[in-house]
Amino acid sequence: MAYDGKDKVLEEVTGKSYEFGFTTEIESDKAPAGLSEDIIRLISAKKEEPEWLLQWRLEAFAVWQTMEEPNWPHLNYEKPDYQAISYYAAPKQKKQLNSMDEVDPELRRTMDKLGISLEEQKRLSGVAVDFVMDSVSVATSFKDKLAELGIIFCSMSEAVKEHPELVRKHLGTVVPTRDNFFSALNSAVFTDGSFCYIPKGVRCPMELSTYFRINESGTGQFERTLVVADEGSYVSYLEGCTAPQRDENQLHAAVVELVALDEAEIKYSTVQNWYPGDENGKGGVYNFVTKRGICHRRSKISWTQVETGSAVTWKYPSCILKGDHSVGEFYSVAVTNNAQQADTGTKMIHLGKNTHSTIISKGISAGNSHNSYRGLVQIMPSAANARNFSQCDSLLMTDTSGAHTFPYVEVKNPTAQVEHEATTSKIGEDQIFYCLQRGIDAEQAISLIVNGYAKEVLNQLPMEFAVEAQKLLSISLEGSVG
Amino acid sequence: MLKINELKASVEEASILKGLNLTINPGEVHAIMGPNGSGKSTLASVLAGREEYEVEGGSVDFDGEDLLDMDATERARAGLFLAFQYPVEIPGVSNINFMRAAVNGKREHEGLEPIKGKAFLDMVKDKAKLVELDGRLRNRSVNEGFSGGEKKRNEIFQMAMLEPKLAILDETDSGLDIDALRIVSEGVNAMRSPERSFLVITHYQRLLDYIVPDFVHVLVDGRIVRSGGKELALELEEKGYDWIKEDIVA
Repeated sequence: MAYDGKDKVLEEVTGKSYEFGFTTEIESDKAPAGLSEDIIRLISAKKEEPEWLLQWRLEAFAVWQTMEEPNWPHLNYEKPDYQAISYYAAPKQKKQLNSMDEVDPELRRTMDKLGISLEEQKRLSGVAVDFVMDSVSVATSFKDKLAELGIIFCSMSEAVKEHPELVRKHLGTVVPTRDNFFSALNSAVFTDGSFCYIPKGVRCPMELSTYFRINESGTGQFERTLVVADEGSYVSYLEGCTAPQRDENQLHAAVVELVALDEAEIKYSTVQNWYPGDENGKGGVYNFVTKRGICHRRSKISWTQVETGSAVTWKYPSCILKGDHSVGEFYSVAVTNNAQQADTGTKMIHLGKNTHSTIISKGISAGNSHNSYRGLVQIMPSAANARNFSQCDSLLMTDTSGAHTFPYVEVKNPTAQVEHEATTSKIGEDQIFYCLQRGIDAEQAISLIVNGYAKEVLNQLPMEFAVEAQKLLSISLEGSVG
Repeated sequence: MLKINELKASVEEASILKGLNLTINPGEVHAIMGPNGSGKSTLASVLAGREEYEVEGGSVDFDGEDLLDMDATERARAGLFLAFQYPVEIPGVSNINFMRAAVNGKREHEGLEPIKGKAFLDMVKDKAKLVELDGRLRNRSVNEGFSGGEKKRNEIFQMAMLEPKLAILDETDSGLDIDALRIVSEGVNAMRSPERSFLVITHYQRLLDYIVPDFVHVLVDGRIVRSGGKELALELEEKGYDWIKEDIVA
């Protein structure tokens, strides 16, 4: 009896102190709201960064102050008050829950539908897991295997400390600080992100996924990712996850830079499912991302994205085809529902000779949402025999949703071949009825039709991602036909 | 099997069916013929539960259930199949995956587990033989790039997969050459059984040489104006629809 009592007290005490520890930690380790040189110095000091990086951040801040938030996207949102945001909080633990019963039932239902295993559901929703030896060993053996090949895959903070020469050589070379308002902001205040380096001639034997890193540090508001594939190497990189991600930070401004050196290949796949807000878009995440890759001689960068979340998405994964015979690809499915808005697309900048690019964009608009494709194909005078093929399709699920296409083409070399195809269609009543008549229910019918429509893009995703992405599309469009 | 009583229906406020009566017993093949615009395809759409069609009166009993009370999916799962006059294309969705979803929908209705991969593929192989649907067509996107004949063969293949109680063939002969017509008809004939009924909608007598009906009905202006045996179709072929129309007026 006495023993039991003692246990109970222990439980109460530990439970309580945890609760306190959680809140005090935030209070003590959170920078005051607002952005100034002092705050940037604080961030850099907290992260024990070298002087060059601090100077780099300060320059970015100076540039950012001279810039204005872009108004050209086909987006309508209340511009954030940048002085009301806190730019530094210590990487904090997710609030721990004791059992799955405490998880938001809506979230659970979605994860069930995605077919996410119970263990995985617990991890994603922050339920305390009896840490399975298996997953520890998987992660460890994964790291060992990579290290053997000389592959570096770690957080950006770690890379700054452990591999400063690589970071310094490439950081900001693809997306210069002054590229745009959000990239300047990110350069000034980024707190973490991922770094990946594949040595010469190495073919990375597994999909590199942030999944393996997410336990170490939560995703930040201003992520910075840098992937460098050295000559003749290959890597497939996965970002994001299909499970719905909630975040208290409304504004996300990430920067991703890819460097594909001669004859290297980078395949970068993203599934983005940030909280889109309620039916009116209230409380949803603003996602302003700058993603760009540079291709050296005979190299290839392939972007594949499935965008279903966020209240506002502003994102143009691009390729600078600098080297001769380099190849850029962009495959995108963007789904908007309810009050979501997406302005997304790509830029293919052809500089080298015989450079090729392919753009396949599939927009799906439901509810009252607006979905825009914005793309630039630029063939510079040096790019002899450059080729581009673009296909931009829009599918409307309702009469109240909108699809917009803004293709820009600039050709400065007469030997270029540029093709552009675009279609807009409304989901066919006839197609739906055909499915219904075969005994397929309306929800599944829409899922089949939409997945068929997006198949060209989904086929580009690594297998395990593709299956989840298909389910994700269906869930995002539940009850959306009108 | 099917008992239609005084069925009235309209589309976009135009009244098309104006009190239609028809009873089909298990195992029977009924043909409905009639001039263009008489309401043949409307009847097929109304029975299948297409939403644009407004039922304004009457009742339809399907195997003891109130058909008009069910939505299109429920009707299909209860065993009503419509072979479309113009089968639609669904790009990016393979015929096989489409049929698996359909078969599993029906199995769910019957309280069965989803079909196992091997059993499903065996079933596909078996049923595809009926209409000579080769592997290439089975794996392609639903009807995409199919010729007219291939689309109709695919309809009969789907019918064979779903083993309906009542199959409605809506002008399945339209756009078919003589070989395709033979293949499609043989597929249908192979499926005739004492438990399964057919409602064959056609404009021409030709199809009925291959699929021989037990009863022929003539639909004019939303009503069945004459019923008879298979010889009625021949008489129509010879005299044309005007003969019936004049007959009614007289």
